[in-house]
Amino acid sequence: MLILTCPYCGVDADETELTPGGEAHLTRHGPGSSDDDFHDYLFARDNPRGVHFERWRHTYGCGKWFHAARSTDTLEVFGTYPAQTTEPPKDICDKISGERPGWSWRIFG
Amino acid sequence: MKRYSAFAIAREALRHHSGWERAWASPEPKRKYDVIIVGAGGHGLATAYYLGKNFGITNVAVLEKGWLGGGNTGRNTTIIRSNYLQDASAAIYEKSRSLYEDLSQDLNYNVMFSPRGVMMLAQTHHEVRGYQRTAHANALQGVATEYIGPERVKELCPIICIDGPRYPVLGALWQPRGGTARHDAVAWGYARACSAMGMDIIQKCEVTGVRSEGGKVRGVETSKGPIECDKLGVVVAGHSGVLAEMAGFRLPIESVALQALVSEPIKPCMDVVVMANTVHGYMSQSDKGEMVIGGGADGYNNYTQRGSFHHIEETVRALIETFPMISRLKMLRQWGGIVDMTGDRSPILSKTPLEGCFINCGWGTGGFKAIPGSGWGMAQLMATGASPLTAEFSLDRFKEGRFIDESVAAGVAH
Amino acid sequence: MSLRLRDGGRLIDRSARMAFQFDGRSLTGFAGDTLASALLANDKMLVGRSFKYHRPRGVVASGAEEPNALVNLAQGGTFEPNQRATTTELFDGLTATSQNHWPSLEHDIGAVNSSLARFLPAGFYYKTFIHPRPFWKHIYEPFIRQSAGLGKAPKDRDADRYEHFYYFCDLVVIGGGVAGLQAARVAGEAGAKVLLLEQSAHWGGRAPVDGGEIDGRPAEAWVTDTLAVLEAMPNVTLRSRCMGAGVYDHGYLLAYERLTDHAPQADGPRHRLWRIRTQQIITATGAIERPLSFAGNDIPGVMLASAVRDYVVNYGVAPGQRTVVVTNNDDGYRTAICLKQAGLDVPRILDARETGGGALMEEARALGIRIDCGRAVGKVQGGKRVKSVQVCAQKGSGSALEEVACDAVAMSGGWSPVVHLWSHCGGKLVWDDVQAHFRPDADRPPLGRSGQGFVAVAGAANGALTGAVADADAMARGVVQAIGLKPGKGIAPAETQPEELPIEPVWLMPAQAKTELKAKAWLDYQNDVKVSDVQLAAREGFESVEHTKRYTTLGMATDQGKLSNINGLAILSDALGQPIPQTGTTTFRPPYTPISMGAIAGEARGDIFQPVRETPMYGWNDSNGADWEPVGHWRRPYAYVRSGETVHDAVMREVTNTRENVGLLDASTLGKLIVKGPDAGKFLDMLYTNMMSTLKPGRCRYGLMCTENGFLTDDGVVARIDEDTFLCHTTTGGADRIHAHMEEWLQTEWWDWQVYVANVTEQYAQIGVVGPKARAVLETLGGMDLSAEALPFMAWADGKIGAFDARAYRVSFSGELSYEIAVPASRGQAFWDALLEAGKAHGIMPYGTEALHIMRAEKGFIMIGDETDGTVIPQDLGLNWAISKKKDDYLGKRAQERVHMTDPDRWKLVGLETVDGSVLPDGAYAVAEGTNANGQRNMQGRVTSTYHSPTLGKGIAMGLVKHGPDRMGEVLEFPGTDGTVFKAKIVDPVFYDKDGDKQNV
Repeated sequence: MLILTCPYCGVDADETELTPGGEAHLTRHGPGSSDDDFHDYLFARDNPRGVHFERWRHTYGCGKWFHAARSTDTLEVFGTYPAQTTEPPKDICDKISGERPGWSWRIFG
Repeated sequence: MKRYSAFAIAREALRHHSGWERAWASPEPKRKYDVIIVGAGGHGLATAYYLGKNFGITNVAVLEKGWLGGGNTGRNTTIIRSNYLQDASAAIYEKSRSLYEDLSQDLNYNVMFSPRGVMMLAQTHHEVRGYQRTAHANALQGVATEYIGPERVKELCPIICIDGPRYPVLGALWQPRGGTARHDAVAWGYARACSAMGMDIIQKCEVTGVRSEGGKVRGVETSKGPIECDKLGVVVAGHSGVLAEMAGFRLPIESVALQALVSEPIKPCMDVVVMANTVHGYMSQSDKGEMVIGGGADGYNNYTQRGSFHHIEETVRALIETFPMISRLKMLRQWGGIVDMTGDRSPILSKTPLEGCFINCGWGTGGFKAIPGSGWGMAQLMATGASPLTAEFSLDRFKEGRFIDESVAAGVAH
Repeated sequence: MSLRLRDGGRLIDRSARMAFQFDGRSLTGFAGDTLASALLANDKMLVGRSFKYHRPRGVVASGAEEPNALVNLAQGGTFEPNQRATTTELFDGLTATSQNHWPSLEHDIGAVNSSLARFLPAGFYYKTFIHPRPFWKHIYEPFIRQSAGLGKAPKDRDADRYEHFYYFCDLVVIGGGVAGLQAARVAGEAGAKVLLLEQSAHWGGRAPVDGGEIDGRPAEAWVTDTLAVLEAMPNVTLRSRCMGAGVYDHGYLLAYERLTDHAPQADGPRHRLWRIRTQQIITATGAIERPLSFAGNDIPGVMLASAVRDYVVNYGVAPGQRTVVVTNNDDGYRTAICLKQAGLDVPRILDARETGGGALMEEARALGIRIDCGRAVGKVQGGKRVKSVQVCAQKGSGSALEEVACDAVAMSGGWSPVVHLWSHCGGKLVWDDVQAHFRPDADRPPLGRSGQGFVAVAGAANGALTGAVADADAMARGVVQAIGLKPGKGIAPAETQPEELPIEPVWLMPAQAKTELKAKAWLDYQNDVKVSDVQLAAREGFESVEHTKRYTTLGMATDQGKLSNINGLAILSDALGQPIPQTGTTTFRPPYTPISMGAIAGEARGDIFQPVRETPMYGWNDSNGADWEPVGHWRRPYAYVRSGETVHDAVMREVTNTRENVGLLDASTLGKLIVKGPDAGKFLDMLYTNMMSTLKPGRCRYGLMCTENGFLTDDGVVARIDEDTFLCHTTTGGADRIHAHMEEWLQTEWWDWQVYVANVTEQYAQIGVVGPKARAVLETLGGMDLSAEALPFMAWADGKIGAFDARAYRVSFSGELSYEIAVPASRGQAFWDALLEAGKAHGIMPYGTEALHIMRAEKGFIMIGDETDGTVIPQDLGLNWAISKKKDDYLGKRAQERVHMTDPDRWKLVGLETVDGSVLPDGAYAVAEGTNANGQRNMQGRVTSTYHSPTLGKGIAMGLVKHGPDRMGEVLEFPGTDGTVFKAKIVDPVFYDKDGDKQNV
């Protein structure tokens, strides 16, 4: 039963107010993209046992989409941030590095 | 291997059961095997079993990081059915179901397959049409199912409320030879049979790396040292992504928590399996008398084997509407498993970009019922390079847009 | 025999007599009794039968850990199976029956299993019942199911109510014993918002029974004082009869309050489920005494030593008149002392330790009790009650040294902390060699959302079997700091208890017990698991504790192994020759003790289980014959059935009347999304396959939406309101989904586009006025110009119709002259009434969804959910005309370029017409020659929609067929499920008014 802080309205939202939306920071590939790129965009997913960046919507609250950095093995939440960005904010990455030295993101590039 | 029978029990009873031998051996790994299967769950053990039984390949090791059958094989709600819509699904699940029919005799281990019948309730007009469609498809696929009306539903399952205020039961898709089996026994039975064929089941042996050479698999690194092999089968459900990462490829898979619960045991009151997809819940009664209940999966990545309680609430609430009497039962225990969900919610049984490495994963919320069929097909794929049972479940289907979507007929798969 | 003592019983009120029934016999007890104490007071030693062997079972414990004394409680709508007598408070009029026997508790046929026990070892069913195959389902399994199962199945609908309750606080302390009270006091004094929960009706836990002093006062007095202090604190809330049931991630805690179980006549809900969010949790859940594993330890009259003194002190009930006490620790002596002081006989204390105990032993000896050290119970004699014990040497194999007559045995095998709640969410355990138990490992707590521990453990639950108050005091101070508060200056109350010597672990009694004794030494009383079963499991290779549990069913009974787990895994460890911590424990899962399904479901049942969404005309529809069809959370009229009609008759009438006269459709459930902003056109061009940005204000366009994966997901008419504003109609089921879909793309991909979306579905009532006389009806009401010139097909306009502010859309899903008119939701019913009145002369009738479906099928219009199923792309449906060729991109475009999507063999939409005019079955498949590689019949198409058309007087259908559009006139075979084969011709999907003349008038 997660609690995530919505970075828009500041509410500590219970999981029942939220809708999960899968991996964050995917790049959309449209017409003209290769089969591989399009496949990866739609289906290939980071599925780490550890630090994960993911999308959530504060559905039964302010309605905004946001991102969370969360551990999938301890469920620790490292931080949440607005969805209008293409990569995780530095302060959150630094915090994760402090707690889990050697972690990496998108090791497959 | 000493055969199990009533006679054997009587003989052992006279000497206080001192003569029973180990159900399976517990060897140290050899340096090299023809085939290594990673994962001693039902699917992995069944793959090994049919490699031996159907193809004579017995120089096989099954590696398990914990204890055999300790993952989803021992955590599911034990439903067995094959009333799927799409041809590829119906083929593998029906193969599986038909193998379950004789599995106890085949393994000389009572897996308690109980073909008590499975019904999937239609509670909207949309579901009625969907299940009628499935019944038509099943007739051509060789799967014995039937669309039945509400009176027959009530007759088969008297504790059901067919005229509830919210979603009256309009009918059901009925598979009379679907049912349940004892989940642990399936893993144990296969393990015992594999061991008897001379295969090595090595528990507490965690795979930490995959060794390859020139794009071809050579073996694995494990907590018990390196082990070589010619072919590698990765059959690790929720942890498939982690293993694939070691082998150098990515999977269209996310691991999420799926929960189940049981009530305290009561005397027999329900002799069929009922699934109610409109309200998201399913229930059957175990041989011990517990009502075994499952519902929907969480929507976020999670490796903790714990789910969110609101799913339990929703499932119980839905089932009380369908079976009002359970309101006065008590929940004895709830638990969770990690299920591997693919992009189309159908499994992957496939070659991989690494030659000699095969993967069997993505069974999501419904893998238990598929164990024998999945093992059968996977063994054929690994031994011969192709199997009609697995052909459609290849990894490249996602790139081609060739999905196997079962949500077409029913909201939740199980 | 067990009996009520003349005096004593701190919890009972001897002036308040309570009548109750057990197995049809009328008995009495006192207010304050539990059902268990009242049964014992009436010499009911035998209260049930075990699961597998149907062995006689008596009360063994006094609390939540009880595995034996389970009863069927009450009748009818308040019936409940498997109620634990030890935690069931007695009330006047209680009725209970014992479980799992036939024909009676005393004479149970199933007990034959007990004499066959030798043939029914652990896992016997895996090894037999294999042949012949059909016997398992039809003979063996029904027999096994019938003999298992314990309580009866409830038959009636639940007569009680339940509720959910939300609570937020800094700290929840679980357990109202002395440790919990002290922890709550420390936190309360520091200013924290504290909730203190106690599962029973009484505060203080074991301390008032076990004695000792706290702060120089008797424990009970200290409890009373502390309780008064807590009750006076505004920031502390106390709840008794409220159990901490489960700890979940991020500080979520479930508590289960039993409000009226003890007073069923009282008003209000029976159970309340507390859904708590808290920063910190302290579990002060105490410890549970372990049984000793000796032969015959399951015979009624053998009880936990602590339970024996609970019954004496709390209820004035003696489980026996001559009680042998057997122990491996000093605490067991308390029971002997307590019995002796109550005037009862204690013929022997058997202390398994060679040198015996400390101060308590001396006290017992001073009372004149004979104490034999290094001695053990070899075997208990008796059937349905204890007759005697055979005494042997603990170190030996069980040869009897003497036999001591007695009617009860009090056993103490040491204490195991209640670590369940600590463990639910991942807290780890450590083995304590000195006290021989697992206790929480403070270094590895369950982690909360910040990655820090959020559960602490206090008192006996933490392994502090003595000094619980001091332990709780220290723990609470730490937790107070974790909350960000400052603990007060007070010092921990001093506790005075007799000095105790260490326990000596005894996992099997005697240590070298012979095989036949081990086969009678029970570990799990309810599930009938004995020492020999665990040893057998180990011998057969079930080495993991989870394997052994599952193979033997150890710890899987309704008590979830509260008494059996540690003893079982000690036996397993011994069999495997490894230390206990290496074997580990099974996983602790919620709930701590079983909680009612009713409480889990809460209030939302019956009519308010998924409340129905109602349109403004819902009530009218309901009272005018609506045959309801659930669509999402809405209900729509399938047809309006008149008296004397079948539903089918009604549908046929509605279609014909709409085609010939005029029909009314409640279309309010259709989704209505306003999309507004400078980039709205550009946005909709991405959302729809069509070009929407070129739509002129005042005009409508039918649009298709696909997922990014290419599949058709929704359709509907888009109206351009002004340059910046569009109103998008969605399907009934699609409104919320498509709204969310739009928000997702706007917020997460095109966040720089200036577009806002509002879901106004429920702001409007929308009514379809459909049929050749539609215009005439509307003109009767007067108002805006609705002529073909003023409002042509696919145009919309705002204006007045009669007295109503209206927006009229000239769209048609039936092929008839048709207006969809939106009015403010509050005016919906009035407008509906006005239309009915105005339409009287024109034969107006409402029609439902099935008539709607038939009319659209006659016209060859697709229906989302019928022609589509999540695997269909617009190209399959011949909708290429609705896919803009001019756009570089739209959601789904790239996906539709993939090899399988452009495959010429994809099944395509056609019309189907049976050769004999009959109706094709829903969902039927067209067969092709031969079979595929898996032996399945090849297929070449399927029916997507099928109806009897009253307009055409025959069956019509739509379907997807391989190369279908190229095969007009070909006849396909569609096998039914009953052996019949339907033959149908491939035809154009537009069956009626191909040129569209009727809608364009």
